[in-house]
Amino acid sequence: MGDAVILVAGFGGQGILFAGKFLVYAGMLQGKHVSWLPSYGPEMRGGTANCSVIISDRPIGSPIAETPNILVVMNTPSLDAFEKSCVSGGRIFVDSSLIERKIVRDDVTGFYIPATRLADEDKLKGLANMIMVGKIIRETGICDSDEMEAALNKIVPERKKNMLEANLRAINLGYISA
Amino acid sequence: MTVFERPKALSDVATHYCPGCTHGIIHRLIAEALDELDLTGRTVGIAPVGCAVMAYDYFECDMIQAAHGRAPAVATGVKRAIPENIVFTYQGDGDLAAIGAAETLHAAARGEKITIIFVNNAIYGMTGGQMAPTSLPGQITQTSPYGRDVESAGYPIKVCELLATMNGTFYAERVSVNTVKNVRAAKNAVKKAFDYQNQGKGLSIVEIISTCPTNWGLSPQKSLDWLAQNMIPYYPLGVYRDRGAE
Amino acid sequence: MERVLMKGNEAIAEAAIMAGCRHFFGYPITPQTEVAAYMSKRLPKLGGVYLQAESEVASINMVLGASAAGVRAMTSSSSPGISLMSEGISYMAGCDLPAVIVNIQRGGPGLGGIQPSQADYFQATRSVGHGDFHVIALSPNCVQEMSDLTQSAFDLADIYRCPVMILGDGILGQMMEPVELRRIPERELPAKDWITSGTAGKRGHNIVNSLILKPEALEQSNFDRFDRYKLIEESEALCEEYMTDDADIVLAAYGAASRISKNAVLAARARGIKAGLLRPLTLWPFPKKNFAAAAAYAQAFISVEMSMGQMIEDVKLATECKKPVALCARTGGMVHSPDEILAKIISVNGGNYN
Repeated sequence: MGDAVILVAGFGGQGILFAGKFLVYAGMLQGKHVSWLPSYGPEMRGGTANCSVIISDRPIGSPIAETPNILVVMNTPSLDAFEKSCVSGGRIFVDSSLIERKIVRDDVTGFYIPATRLADEDKLKGLANMIMVGKIIRETGICDSDEMEAALNKIVPERKKNMLEANLRAINLGYISA
Repeated sequence: MTVFERPKALSDVATHYCPGCTHGIIHRLIAEALDELDLTGRTVGIAPVGCAVMAYDYFECDMIQAAHGRAPAVATGVKRAIPENIVFTYQGDGDLAAIGAAETLHAAARGEKITIIFVNNAIYGMTGGQMAPTSLPGQITQTSPYGRDVESAGYPIKVCELLATMNGTFYAERVSVNTVKNVRAAKNAVKKAFDYQNQGKGLSIVEIISTCPTNWGLSPQKSLDWLAQNMIPYYPLGVYRDRGAE
Repeated sequence: MERVLMKGNEAIAEAAIMAGCRHFFGYPITPQTEVAAYMSKRLPKLGGVYLQAESEVASINMVLGASAAGVRAMTSSSSPGISLMSEGISYMAGCDLPAVIVNIQRGGPGLGGIQPSQADYFQATRSVGHGDFHVIALSPNCVQEMSDLTQSAFDLADIYRCPVMILGDGILGQMMEPVELRRIPERELPAKDWITSGTAGKRGHNIVNSLILKPEALEQSNFDRFDRYKLIEESEALCEEYMTDDADIVLAAYGAASRISKNAVLAARARGIKAGLLRPLTLWPFPKKNFAAAAAYAQAFISVEMSMGQMIEDVKLATECKKPVALCARTGGMVHSPDEILAKIISVNGGNYN
């Protein structure tokens, strides 16, 4: 795989930054050059959130995923805002339980995962982000299962280690989703 | 036999203060307290901006000259860096109660283990006699030529009363140096303040009601009379907080 | 050594701790808050002091006091907060006190915004406050340099007895990258015989002071300080040369803008335009020699800044205006895209220097 230029976008509180952290750790544990950059606003909760993750074989210049080849959107405003920024041939991952419309462009590949609904059904509330991550792993091969577990171990804080299993379950759910 | 000599903590230099000014007495009281408590070697003093700006030349302890109003913040930095040090600020009314009001209040709020020597003469001395935050209602100054009008200029700030409300203030006393009796009481207060700091207690402040013959436009003697007649009634002397005695 | 993922702001804080800083005074402001948060967590466990002051005015004066007492002290803020500190920084310069001051810049003027900016270049490199003085201004462009340069900053401050500023921006402060938390070898430091920590009855009193009423003496103190500045300019300027060997178009950029400029340099080279980048790691002293040398071979320069044309003045001065210098500016929290820098390179390469 070449450079992964990833933009994860959604509402604050959806675990956008956390999903980005997982991806950046997965890249680092493979010895790649990586960067993670959050976009921040004045509100602490409920505003829009997005983060840029770049995983590359070369030193990283701009850490901003201005033209992502992997776009992950978890609300309609994010799809509206970023669909056009995706590079031709890129992949767009859509949480289809929160976004009703399909992607408009025909030069990119769309993946529709009802992540939020799946999370609710499987008592994984708040882990729709990791279901999306599971799908990304499946489609891009961004990391293998060992690297995935290692990355999770890095980002789940010590006092929340009981969440490890739920995160793994969420990733698996996304991985096997159609 | 010497019966009266310069305290060791006081440098052997002539001060620049005006004739009749009470800064000299106050400097001496601090120096005596440092001598008697044997603190000079680990004391750091913070000089203000104002008439006492050159106080750094008058004390034998290490000294720092601070920006206008910032002495309590500088003192905080020194004390937090070396808690064993004895740290005092020497500040006038403009420095402490106007431009440095925030630094003063918050040093007290934090209970910084420092000693503030607050010289209140109700006027800006060094800049030539402008209205101070402690100028009395009706007091004529260069910038209140018709007398301080509280409707537009507001009311004087009573610093000891204010700081006494704060939990971090360990000791607050207002004294004066206008009579021999008051000088003795002031000496005790200054010594007590340093003693409390030496015991690791919280913030101690001694407010000293003082004169400014030059800018009040009065002789030194008449200044002392004016102080007794006008300032002390507005700024009653006494202990406003003494947690050591509570 | 293991590399860990860390935010730039956190790397600054950890680096300061590695450099022996145990005294931090600050006031909350976006986007630098992680520095303070990190210090508040770590310093108490190391027997150090984290103190949240009532204002930036107070925090810089607490730094002044701690520095006068002889310890390594630090504060961090963002643009509006640095303006409030300008008085204290001027006093520290006048008192010849070392300290490290971090400015994670945001858009201005006034309250401005909270997105990344480089609009405090003039403030950092000309004079942060009143009077004749400089601070050393260091400019990292990645999390590793946030760590390395912060440690250097403490040494420089002690060696030259002056405040040193780390000039970052919201991107560098907020981004995470792998960083090796390595201890930079400490330089040889002069003894601090000037500190006000108590005479212990063993010496005359020390005085930390910036008041010198006799103009002859005040002038002389400035002369002496500028002799030191000259030494700093001669020996401490740092610059990265990126693909400049054969460059026709030389970009000048620091901090976050320099990273995006690297993308643009590569894109230009892919189109056959020989572009390169000079990246100052020290903004004051400005790496004049690198620019003077580049003026001999380059056809033109482009100053790429997240400000309305501030560093461009130093580029023109250092190159003595021998070659055209174009400006590629974004500001107010807006960040260049590599494409717009590339467009500028193409335009300048075509002889359009506006």
